[in-house]
Amino acid sequence: MNQRRSASRCAELFDILDEVKDPEIPVLSIWDLGILQDVDLENETVRVVITPTYSGCPAMQQITQDIEAALREAGFTSVEIKQQLIPAWTTDWLDADARKRLREFGIAGPGKTACPQCGSTDVTQISEFGSTSCKSLMRCNACQEPFDQFKRF
Amino acid sequence: MTEANSDIAEYSLRLGDDALILAQRLCEWCADAPLLEEDIAIANVGLDYIGRARMFLQYAGELTGSSEDELAYLRDSAEFRNLLMVELPRGDFAFSMVRQYLLDEYESLFFAGLKQSKDANLAGIAEKTLKEVHYHLRRSREWMRRLALGTEESHRRSQDAIDELWGYVAEFFESDEVEERLVGLGIAVERRDLEQAWRASVGELAAKTGLMVPDDDLRQTGGRSGVHTEHLGHLLAEMQFVQRSYPGLKW
Ligand SMILES: [Zn+2]
Repeated sequence: MNQRRSASRCAELFDILDEVKDPEIPVLSIWDLGILQDVDLENETVRVVITPTYSGCPAMQQITQDIEAALREAGFTSVEIKQQLIPAWTTDWLDADARKRLREFGIAGPGKTACPQCGSTDVTQISEFGSTSCKSLMRCNACQEPFDQFKRF
Repeated sequence: MTEANSDIAEYSLRLGDDALILAQRLCEWCADAPLLEEDIAIANVGLDYIGRARMFLQYAGELTGSSEDELAYLRDSAEFRNLLMVELPRGDFAFSMVRQYLLDEYESLFFAGLKQSKDANLAGIAEKTLKEVHYHLRRSREWMRRLALGTEESHRRSQDAIDELWGYVAEFFESDEVEERLVGLGIAVERRDLEQAWRASVGELAAKTGLMVPDDDLRQTGGRSGVHTEHLGHLLAEMQFVQRSYPGLKW
């Protein structure tokens, strides 16, 4: 992932798209989430490759519009967005920094669960299905606070 | 269009219709599920199916020159290709969960097979879908245990559901010429080969939870060729109402 960005001749376009956040999790950009796969410029047309998180995720529509808006604002009027399914999106693409920002936002990262408020690992799953497809609903037994966890997927 | 492409379009349409019609049935539970967490879960699963339907219908539409919306909203019942089981009314909660369980077991086998398809688009959709099927199955297995081992009433309702649904199982494993040709090309899944593993999984869960696996005397099929139960027309009337009344309307 990182290599694709650092080796890209369109570093500036990646930077512009850092402004596009997940509408439900505003601390993470589409790059942090691994939704943004690639971006390239070809004869004035910006070609963006994205991968959906969950197939029914309603945020994808919003994200597509936000990508177009961010690029238009930066002066790129011709934008093509392609959805790519392989490799299938996985939460393994979230790096340590993204996980830290998630936690600070009050959402536990995927994998080993710790309460984002007090850090306790004494937690109970209330429901595997939370407020959005990507989150489970948890409760901390130490501080009694309920919290969301990003599902490992 | 080549024969292979028209077969692939038909195949993708079938898989899209399975997902679309079940999504509609699942979403009927929205705000009506037995508890809040379950309301959220069932709607989330429904959303996964809508996403899956869109991917398959977009692909079918690319090959035939129609849009996903035209395919979803402007076809009549006889043009739908879904398995009959998904169109049955949602019934009580046990009926919807038993149906989901039987389908989840089937889908986990089917999409593992489709992931190996020589058609890159179908393989890609299958890979994405399979990840979701795994957690759907985790949930429906859990519910099967809760319902079958719960109260006398929940057990009875689960058994009634499995008795009623069993007549629609044969269709999971029934093939036709279109699928045979695609199987020959390494594109489609030979569904007959899934039956043994499916029966083993379902039989094992039934044995553990005291549910009786019914006899195979009733075999209701026809969905893949457009011969549906009377329930599909009613479902479509609701799902398609807005587009039929206001053609071309957009949000
Ligand atoms: Zn805590």
